[in-house]
Amino acid sequence: MKIRILIGAVCLSMSPIAAADFGRLLATGGLTTIEGAGGGGIVPWATLSSYAEQGQWGGTLAYNHANVRDYQLDVAAATLNYDNRVEFSYARQRFTLESLGGELEQAIYGVKYRLYGDVVYGKAPQISMGALHKKNTTFALPNAVGAADDSGTDFYLAATKAWLDGPWHRTWLANLTVRATKANEMGLLGFGGDKKDDYSLVAEASVGMFINRHWIVGVEYRQKPNHLNFADEQDWHDVFVGWFPTKRIAVALAYTNLKTIAGAPEQSGVYGSVQVTF
Amino acid sequence: MRDLSVFRALLLILTVFMSHQVAASSDTTATRSTALYDDLGGHDGIRQMMETFVLNIAEDERVVHHFVNADIERFHTQISEHICELSGGPCIYKGASMPEVHKGMNISRAEFNAIVENLITAMETHDVAVSTQNRLLAILAAMHNDVIQR
Ligand code: HEM
Ligand code: HEM
Repeated sequence: MKIRILIGAVCLSMSPIAAADFGRLLATGGLTTIEGAGGGGIVPWATLSSYAEQGQWGGTLAYNHANVRDYQLDVAAATLNYDNRVEFSYARQRFTLESLGGELEQAIYGVKYRLYGDVVYGKAPQISMGALHKKNTTFALPNAVGAADDSGTDFYLAATKAWLDGPWHRTWLANLTVRATKANEMGLLGFGGDKKDDYSLVAEASVGMFINRHWIVGVEYRQKPNHLNFADEQDWHDVFVGWFPTKRIAVALAYTNLKTIAGAPEQSGVYGSVQVTF
Repeated sequence: MRDLSVFRALLLILTVFMSHQVAASSDTTATRSTALYDDLGGHDGIRQMMETFVLNIAEDERVVHHFVNADIERFHTQISEHICELSGGPCIYKGASMPEVHKGMNISRAEFNAIVENLITAMETHDVAVSTQNRLLAILAAMHNDVIQR
């Protein structure tokens, strides 16, 4: 699957009809989230990945790695964007439990549709809606801790706005996302559970400031639901630095503190992401 | 779920931005400060920067086709006067309105962005500070709807 998407993206970038023209401004494609959709690190934004504008095709390939003391998360993801209107994404997550031993895996198929507006132009924010369909490829552990299902679909509505001339005459970007989800720990621990087997509504936000056209610093916050009796989920936050040297490449580094995980304190760690755009 | 306070803090930051934006846009129209004009290097600075901008456009295959029949001298003068006026300088742009000038050109969103990139490159060439760039870009971005797809 991954290989096929890769070949597809390479063919696309070489075909003259579908030539990616990079018709949007630098950094407006954002990064690739750990769930594959275009956005920040942990929050999907209303922006669509790549630099495709009206009538253009674009795509990205990304690799994300998060490393806190006792856990590791690896994500390989690919996206396609047509017309700056619709984005398709595919992500493969592997979660390694270093101290407990074992692995959790899932695949995520995403679609995002731009409903309204433009992140840079106009007074109103850009608004998009999206869905992320997730399927566990390992379900023994989620099952054992009380998860109801091995697959589920998140639905979200996101609003993103950039201010070219914000405070201190810097360009700022802000995003708010509302998500309906049954996923436990993003889906790695299954969907629904013994405590609640229904959708929860959660809020997510990102704020970033561009130091210049190539560097952005920001914070992200993601509220999490509570569907399992065995443990309370904690909300996530991170502080990130994004680097857009050219439209081809984007790199992100984040510092995240997940506080106590499974009784082990100070699970802080780093998160890194590399994205190539076609 | 118990970290809602962080979310409230982010909302607060957002609200502060919005009010800042409203305040910023109202004082540019009310006081007409010449600060931006001065930071762009005044009349000569703007003319030189616009010359680089025109040369950048001439080499940009994404948009140069729009300019094949244009009078480049006139364009250079007019765009310089326009930027001079928009930035608070002592100029009066005497050309037609933006929708009229760009009527029939059917400029796409991607072409608009290409022009913005040429302007950024010109500003970088002339060592214009990011904060100054952003102030000019915000004024021009507000004309997006007057220029595209006319
Ligand atoms: C990205 C994935 C994950 C994150 C960010 C995360 C984060 C957390 C956090 C912050 C807590 C709260 C700890 C506390 O308040 O004391 C917690 C509890 C817990 N997590 Fe996770 N977790 C993740 C995945 C997992 C997975 C996959 C497992 C399964 C093996 C797991 C097992 C536990 C257990 C057993 C607890 C309960 C600890 C206790 O109450 O003593 N976590 N998790
Ligand atoms: C905020 C953005 C823009 C501003 C403020 C602007 C401003 C102007 C001004 C002041 C003139 C001179 C009018 C005159 O000669 O009296 C002009 C002409 C022109 N503009 Fe724009 N423009 C913008 C964007 C664009 C874009 C995106 C394109 C094409 C991709 C474009 C293509 C042209 C052309 C081809 C002319 C020359 C018309 C002619 O002499 O026949 N402009 N513009």
